[in-house]
Amino acid sequence: MADVRTHEPDAHDSVYAGLLGSDAHWAFGTDFEDPLAGVDTTVPAGVEPAALAAYCLMLGDDALVLSHRISEWCSRAPDLEEDIALANIALDLLGQARLLLARAAAADPGIVPALPEGSPVPDEDRLAFFREDDRFRNVRLAEVPNGDFAETIVRILLFSVARAALFSRLAGSRDAVLAAVAVKGGKELAYHGDFAGRWFVTLARGTEESRRRLLAALDGLWPLWPEVLTTHPVERAVAEAGVGVDPADVRAEVDAALDAVLAAAGVERPDRAPLAGVRGRTGRDGCHTEALSRMLAEMQVVARAHPRGLW
Amino acid sequence: MIAGSTGRRASADGGAGAATADADDRVSEVRERAWAAASRVVDPELPMLTLVDLGVLRGIEVGDDGAVVAAITPTYSGCPAMATMRDDLLRELQDAGFADARIRIALDPAWTSDWITPEGRAALAAAGISPPGAAPRREGPVAVRLLPTRRAVRCPQCGSEDVALSSEFGSTACKAMYRCLACREPFDHVKEI
Repeated sequence: MADVRTHEPDAHDSVYAGLLGSDAHWAFGTDFEDPLAGVDTTVPAGVEPAALAAYCLMLGDDALVLSHRISEWCSRAPDLEEDIALANIALDLLGQARLLLARAAAADPGIVPALPEGSPVPDEDRLAFFREDDRFRNVRLAEVPNGDFAETIVRILLFSVARAALFSRLAGSRDAVLAAVAVKGGKELAYHGDFAGRWFVTLARGTEESRRRLLAALDGLWPLWPEVLTTHPVERAVAEAGVGVDPADVRAEVDAALDAVLAAAGVERPDRAPLAGVRGRTGRDGCHTEALSRMLAEMQVVARAHPRGLW
Repeated sequence: MIAGSTGRRASADGGAGAATADADDRVSEVRERAWAAASRVVDPELPMLTLVDLGVLRGIEVGDDGAVVAAITPTYSGCPAMATMRDDLLRELQDAGFADARIRIALDPAWTSDWITPEGRAALAAAGISPPGAAPRREGPVAVRLLPTRRAVRCPQCGSEDVALSSEFGSTACKAMYRCLACREPFDHVKEI
């Protein structure tokens, strides 16, 4: 039989053919051996490295955990376009998480879990896959299990608006890495917020059933919302040092943006008390709902089974 | 604006005179050869564009020791093509005789679709992908844009302006999906960012 060729062979014919150095492309993240390769990660003068690392973990864990929740929609969204949209949003957040966790590890290598000698797992993956749930510093809004599509839309809206406002100020951070991550991520979050805001209004003004679901989602997530804009001592410390942002400083701006969406949707702010912490400790302190443990068990199981794995 | 073959760490403090000028010439020559090699590399997901057309290749630096460092920037934070771009660049540089070439990440300034060159925009359109308009400027307080993004998009197949957005997201992080209401063909549009 004749050799059928549709094009001249090139370096992209085989996904394996063009790889150099390592072939560690497939299991962890989006592989670049070091996502901060050649980037100056010196901690600015006057900043406590441990505080900067803890702050980067807070932002990075928010992005990582929410990314994972959103990625659970893959192949299960209401239609193909929304499936692709949610996968794209999850990917952007995963990329932000990767940079933030890598920045945390570079600021304070002491936070990175130790693995067997010779393990090829990079620092940001060690943080993602080898920390226990009580070491995660994400807000609980990011971790609660998925509900329906309306619940995911509300969650993306709340998170994106708050994080976009935070990042617009973080762009002025004295830490050049955080500033760069914030400028880049801010554009992505604004796009996510627009997507979620349009769906929020569509669902609120759609059918009786879509409105009922949207209101239920907003009501259910509202107790988790205050934690996102409550100042943690670590946030206060990095804000005072000029490398972080105190979320209290963006509260008015975030409220205004959210109120504009609620008004367009004809929806009132729910009257729900904040979800309490345990003796004042919340997600930022590593005090989580049981849902995070279950999520991590699934997310981490393969990596933990193969701590020396070369993927 | 593409940085082009900018940036170098060649010694500039060796005093005035012919020796310094010769060293500068050598560095320029190395940088130009390295740039020529690097600028042949295409984007793995948009192979009609070189990394220069896309604005991802930010510059070539030549160290005091003659080592070549190419700087690339991700289009999106989670761009999964970075490793392939790195490997393709390294291979091209090594083939051009730069055995010790390295790749570094440049996060600042952040990539914008405005950096796609006129040649790149023409190549996108010729391949059936609608090129981006001007990137939006988001200044002032954060705000959610509830109305669909208005774009002057033409169908890259038939040229009609009678098009409709299918999704603000597409097959890669950098694209949205449209369909043409005249010729009925779906097509990708590179997002403005």
